[in-house]
Amino acid sequence: MAKLIELKGISKSFDGERVLNSINLYIRDGEFVTLLGPSGCGKTTMLRIIGGFETADEGELLFDGAPIRDVPAYKRPVNTVFQKYALFPHLNVYENIAFPLRLQKVAEESIKQRVTEMLRMVALVGFENKDVSTLSGGQQQRVAIARALISHPKVLLLDEPLGALDLKLRKDMQNELKNIQKAVGITFIYVTHDQEEALSMSDTIVVMAEGEIQQIGTPTDIYNEPKNAFVADFIGESNIVDGIMLADKSVRMSGHTFECLDGGFGKNEPVDVVVRPEDVDVVAPEKGMLTGTVTSVTFKGVHYEIIVDIGGFKWMIQSTDYVAPEQHIGLYIEPDAIHIMKKSKFSGMFGDYSSFSDEIDTLSDADAAEEF
Amino acid sequence: MKYASRIYLCLIFGILYIPIVTLILFSFNATDSTSVFGGFSLMWYKELFASPDTFIALRNTLILAVCSSLLATVIGTAAAEGIYRMKSKLFKRALTSVTNIPMMNPDIVTGMSMMLFFVALVGILGIEYENFGFTAMLIAHTTFSLPYVILNVLPRVEDFGKSLSEAAMDLGCTPLQSFFKVELPNLMPGVLSGLMMAFTLSLDDFVISYFVGSSSFQTLPLLIYSMTKKKVTPDMYALSTLIVVTIFVLLIVSNVRNGKKNRKGGAKK
Amino acid sequence: MLFADDGICLKMKKNKSLMHSIAAAPHIFWAALFIVVPLLIVVYYAFTDVEGGFSMENIFGLTEYFDIFLLSLELAVIATFVCLLVGYPMAYFIAKADPKMQKIYMMLLMLPMWTNLLIRTYSIMAILDDGGFLNTLLGTELHIIGTKGAVIFGMVYDFLPYMVLPIYTCISKINKNMWEAASDLGCSPLQVLTKVILPLSLSGIISGVTMVLVPCISTFYISQKLGGGTFELIGDTIERQFVSGTLNVGAALSFVMMILILISLWVMHKFSDGQEGGIVP
Repeated sequence: MAKLIELKGISKSFDGERVLNSINLYIRDGEFVTLLGPSGCGKTTMLRIIGGFETADEGELLFDGAPIRDVPAYKRPVNTVFQKYALFPHLNVYENIAFPLRLQKVAEESIKQRVTEMLRMVALVGFENKDVSTLSGGQQQRVAIARALISHPKVLLLDEPLGALDLKLRKDMQNELKNIQKAVGITFIYVTHDQEEALSMSDTIVVMAEGEIQQIGTPTDIYNEPKNAFVADFIGESNIVDGIMLADKSVRMSGHTFECLDGGFGKNEPVDVVVRPEDVDVVAPEKGMLTGTVTSVTFKGVHYEIIVDIGGFKWMIQSTDYVAPEQHIGLYIEPDAIHIMKKSKFSGMFGDYSSFSDEIDTLSDADAAEEF
Repeated sequence: MKYASRIYLCLIFGILYIPIVTLILFSFNATDSTSVFGGFSLMWYKELFASPDTFIALRNTLILAVCSSLLATVIGTAAAEGIYRMKSKLFKRALTSVTNIPMMNPDIVTGMSMMLFFVALVGILGIEYENFGFTAMLIAHTTFSLPYVILNVLPRVEDFGKSLSEAAMDLGCTPLQSFFKVELPNLMPGVLSGLMMAFTLSLDDFVISYFVGSSSFQTLPLLIYSMTKKKVTPDMYALSTLIVVTIFVLLIVSNVRNGKKNRKGGAKK
Repeated sequence: MLFADDGICLKMKKNKSLMHSIAAAPHIFWAALFIVVPLLIVVYYAFTDVEGGFSMENIFGLTEYFDIFLLSLELAVIATFVCLLVGYPMAYFIAKADPKMQKIYMMLLMLPMWTNLLIRTYSIMAILDDGGFLNTLLGTELHIIGTKGAVIFGMVYDFLPYMVLPIYTCISKINKNMWEAASDLGCSPLQVLTKVILPLSLSGIISGVTMVLVPCISTFYISQKLGGGTFELIGDTIERQFVSGTLNVGAALSFVMMILILISLWVMHKFSDGQEGGIVP
């Protein structure tokens, strides 16, 4: 697939604060790309630069090989589904969707046909004459998608489009969006702070933090082979422990030497070791590679979430078997469950569950949702 | 409690309305007294309509109100758009403060300052103030209406933020198309109430017109003022009654219209 | 600071918001020419004599009008206070009435507000006059016109709606839950009013007070008609200078009045901002 959009050394500051720092990225034709990151990481700014709502301070933006940095939004073959939809309140559903075609002075016959086609695609047939303010969030969302797609853009930008919907609807819309993308076959660039959404929809995920790209890869790559502590922590739950690489395929952490599958590090190089909570088995203390005391157990439906204190470091373990708090248990980790990462500026900031609580998690989610 | 509040409101509204009601009553008086009712008659209305001054003043008032409110609405709506998008906070604050001066200042000071300005301007241009009457009034009325227009339009501009215009441009509108096809239709309620306000303020203004105006351009408030300077005669009552009744009808009409709109909106939800 | 802002302005011109920066241009031009320049001319007149030479005489000569200033202030403050006293309960009761009645009350309030001030003032005069409607009706010979009371009554009558409207708007915006929460937490109805509603409607009170105080201080028509020629308020003095053509003194008076009013508005604004910040952080 050809490179459709290319960002070369793109930087952007607001009021002296650097929001994007020398971003290099290319996006292929027909891809579903997700820009994923916490609030303030610069993902929305990047989308707005591609859409033409902001101009980069430095760097180049290529579209099909041609520079478009200074091309205004209305001349770009790129359309956007905005976070709060931005439907035009003075127009009804039909006219909202027909809006881009009317600008292009398309013949009435053809407009009618294309709008009907779009309405069918987003399952809103029969809503033509409704006032947009009377629609539910999900319906407004569909109108926004139809309106953005009707003029056959080469790229659709979606800025946290599901943020305002409730959980159930969000899941349905995820599938629907993916289906729409397959049906129209164009590039979707999707911005979200929700890692689950990113993992389930994308061909490629671009993880961002602090105005920089942390990792680019397929969902499985990103989950299984995170490049640094930030990515490991942001995508799913992770225990991130300080370790020392003794030799290829041998790492020492928490006072025990583990066999692993990674290599290529220097001898005795300090590293970050990632172990996913679902990859740890609970065994009897004498059979465990590590032993510790259970400090809390929370029932989560599918599994129990167990916090274990191992020499002062708190691990999170997900297990379908119940263990009691205060119980002394052993942990067993398979070699392929251990992932080694080079030290980065994020080392030591994540992956310890000492201060972990669900409440803090929800709070930070709410913060992220406010960003736009 | 409910009873007491109703009695209180009736009492105050009663006091508020006694002068207006007596005014209307005595406009139909058969004698020229404004204290003893000597029988029903329309003589003062006849006298009023017989005088050409009334019609000239009415015509002038309407022309001035229409022109100044339209001008203020166009300038003010554009200004609201511009002010909202200004990047320099300092300049934005300075501009809104200056704009609001005519709203905050006592009318008498605004009137005085504009009068002095026009005297100077007429001096520089070398024309007679008499020939400048309408222009001076138009400028003065537009100036004191502007802050009210901006006050009505700016919150709506802020409400929509940049999202609507961004969406419009994303879908292929040039900035100008985006303004006329998307922003303006949605700003309309604010623009219209700003226009209405500017119109009524212009109709109603006496103090500034008194300072700025010249005998060549008489408006209704100025006419009323000159009438009340002389001995009291009920023809001024007749004129006032007509004005009050007009306002009353307009109020009811706009209320009924709003009520209908609200009910329609309510039913939808 | 200033330089930084200039930089931003320049950058703005470069990008696509050019059209929007042009949008405000007519207004900027208008405000500069017809608001700023006239005020500068007032200042110029205030500090020059008839020949146009620099002079402090107009400003120093204002001591002569000190008593008039004080009297205007006194009457205006009393009238504003009475408006608040009468208007607050009105606004409160209207806001508590059922929606249909609220609409009717609002219309009743708007009608006098939209009726020309001259007409309103004149109609009171006709009622209170020596041979007026009131005396004829009661068969008395009360002498009301020409007293302070008459002038204050005129001010209250003319400007009461301007007090009620902002307070009403403010109270009606207070969430209904606030009442319920306050009484749930143990406030008596009176305490709900004094501890919750009154502080929350403070911004309405402030804007009501400014909307009444400013025209009261500067009025000249009310004092002319209801003061019966025995009163001279500051507005009358300015108007007299205007009629007699002593524009320099008139400008000096306007200048001082403007400064005083802008300062007091600014103080009140600060005061209300601080208060609001305290209640709703």
